[in-house]
Amino acid sequence: MNLESVIGITKKRLFWPLFTFGIILLFDFLAIPGFFSIQFRDGNFFGRPVDILNRGSVYAILAVGMTLVIATGGIDISVGSVLAISGAIVATMLGSGFEAKIPMLLCILAAVGVCTIIGCWNGLLVSKIGVQPVVATLILMVAGRGIAQLITGGNIPTTQYQPFTYVAGFIPGIPLPTSVFIAAVVVISALLVTKKTALGMFIEAMGINSKASRFSGIKVSRLIFMTYAFAGLCAGIAGLIACSQIKAADANNAGLLIEMDAILAVAIGGTSLAGGRFSIGASVIGALILQTLTTTLYALGVSPLALNVVKALVVIAICLIQAEEFRKKIAEMVYRERSVKNAKA
Amino acid sequence: MKMRKMLAVIMAAVVSLSIGACGADSSGSGSSNAAPSGTAAASNNSEKKIVLGFAQVGAESGWRTANTTSIQESAKGAGIDLKFSDAQQKQENQISAIRSYIAQKVDVIAFSPVVETGWDAVLQEAKDAGIPVVLTDRAVKMEDGKKAEDYYVTFLGSDFRLEGERAAQYLLDNAAKLFPGKKEISIYELEGTVGSAPAIDRKEGFDKKIVTSTDVKFNIVKSQSGNFTRAEGQQVAESWLKSDADKMDVLFCHNDDMGLGAIQAIEAAGKKPGKDIIIVGIDGVKGAFEAMAAGKYNCSVECNPLIGPQLMDIVRKIMDGKTADIPKRIESEEGVFTQEQAAAELPNRKY
Repeated sequence: MNLESVIGITKKRLFWPLFTFGIILLFDFLAIPGFFSIQFRDGNFFGRPVDILNRGSVYAILAVGMTLVIATGGIDISVGSVLAISGAIVATMLGSGFEAKIPMLLCILAAVGVCTIIGCWNGLLVSKIGVQPVVATLILMVAGRGIAQLITGGNIPTTQYQPFTYVAGFIPGIPLPTSVFIAAVVVISALLVTKKTALGMFIEAMGINSKASRFSGIKVSRLIFMTYAFAGLCAGIAGLIACSQIKAADANNAGLLIEMDAILAVAIGGTSLAGGRFSIGASVIGALILQTLTTTLYALGVSPLALNVVKALVVIAICLIQAEEFRKKIAEMVYRERSVKNAKA
Repeated sequence: MKMRKMLAVIMAAVVSLSIGACGADSSGSGSSNAAPSGTAAASNNSEKKIVLGFAQVGAESGWRTANTTSIQESAKGAGIDLKFSDAQQKQENQISAIRSYIAQKVDVIAFSPVVETGWDAVLQEAKDAGIPVVLTDRAVKMEDGKKAEDYYVTFLGSDFRLEGERAAQYLLDNAAKLFPGKKEISIYELEGTVGSAPAIDRKEGFDKKIVTSTDVKFNIVKSQSGNFTRAEGQQVAESWLKSDADKMDVLFCHNDDMGLGAIQAIEAAGKKPGKDIIIVGIDGVKGAFEAMAAGKYNCSVECNPLIGPQLMDIVRKIMDGKTADIPKRIESEEGVFTQEQAAAELPNRKY
């Protein structure tokens, strides 16, 4: 393989996110014995990689929705609160008993439906009324948690209904957590819709120059509306998983600040926050990087006092590796050093 | 076109609904202020109503909700005008709430500090304004050798250190029964929010007490923060169980919610919570009693949130000029509950 083809690979969209992910996994392999060990227990896979996929699915689903919103040049900071609303609705409707008060499918549809409507509300504010995305979604970021608390009455409603625990757990006979499949369905359908139709290209065009796109006949405001509605839908689905994980709806803490993690996942994936070119696959890897980082730090047993500092340092390092400007600077420095050496010789 | 019109109608409905919800919310929290002051204006001319400003931490757990309800209800019962604010677990929100109470010149300020430090400026402001301050549930620390006691009338609430000690005492007393034949017992500790008074004191009380055991040796193997929430407690426990599932004898949690989150993680690891792994928590929330009754939880040390009536008594005393009679530290009444008592006690739990 010659140098040019190597450079060609580094220019690929997924290269740097995958490269970073690889470094973290390599570190885990070397530093934490048994990090990758997976056992087969009671018919299920059991191990840290399974945890990463299970818990990472929430981030991945949110990141998919967030990627499209960011690609249009917008941002949605309400997804954490929307996630809490989804959990609150489903747990309250199911009731605390071993039997569901209302059929589970209905509860899930209601939760996801309400979250999609909330997404539509965000989309309406941004696309039709022209409120700035941060401001428009800030409203529900603050008020949404209040709505979730109102639904739960300030308590943490729990649910014992067995089928609902399958959402983040294991359906008997299937060795992987259901959340992984849910995330896969969301990711694949988003990929299909954006890659196989012109939708992805429209969104990119719009993020790069919304005025020019409008003049060339793209229905900009309708597209923007749709991306926010989709982000709401994603938050609703993620909320079901988060609620099923703890078998309870913790209105006050569920998804707290998770919107920042979702945005970070998109940024780590290399999608510019200014909009334009996007990659759903890269964002999903970004989400997995974040979850792997958390799992790694817990496995290392970093002191709780230092945990957030360590996490911040690693995230800064990751973002620097992702930044093309930074890589150029480093390359220039190396080049200069070498030429100085050559000159001396 | 038709589609769009229908969409517009739906959106309008959603908007009015969400506005309605917001309205209901604000009137709900406002009614505790507005309603009593309204009746006061109608009924009294002789006596000015006492105004109490209360800055709550948030609604982070069932415990906190019970605490809020107790304070709101007993204020209503005592005829005290309560100004209530929810800080959503953020110190800056709480400080600005206290500042607004000072600006409104309320009679007494009470608050439950989110974290221990950083209150110097706002407590000084309250002191300068001559407004007495009552701390509930959590303590504060001052900088530069200033004595925190000079800045508040009394600290009403639980002794967190004692709660930690009680949790340890349960293990010391029941070691022979819980761990038959074992001489070395491994404890994993799920800590609360880093820097918060309950996390610091419960850890200190527990860690110091547990090593006093003579016949059995208790080792705290790992300790990590679960931030007092179910989800994070579960994630930390899940991580421990990947490597140490067979070593873990005891899971000690700084609050019950983290322990309840951990139950699922323990079950997923193929262990029996409450049998293979002993779970001891603090707070005494209803969920813990349900889990104890089901045999999945072993002990919950109560931390009583129903301090409303005691708080109103203190406010009355301050307003009657009897501040000097109030001790600097008032403890709430608390017990220790085990599986044996759980089923009988369950119907009485309010939080």
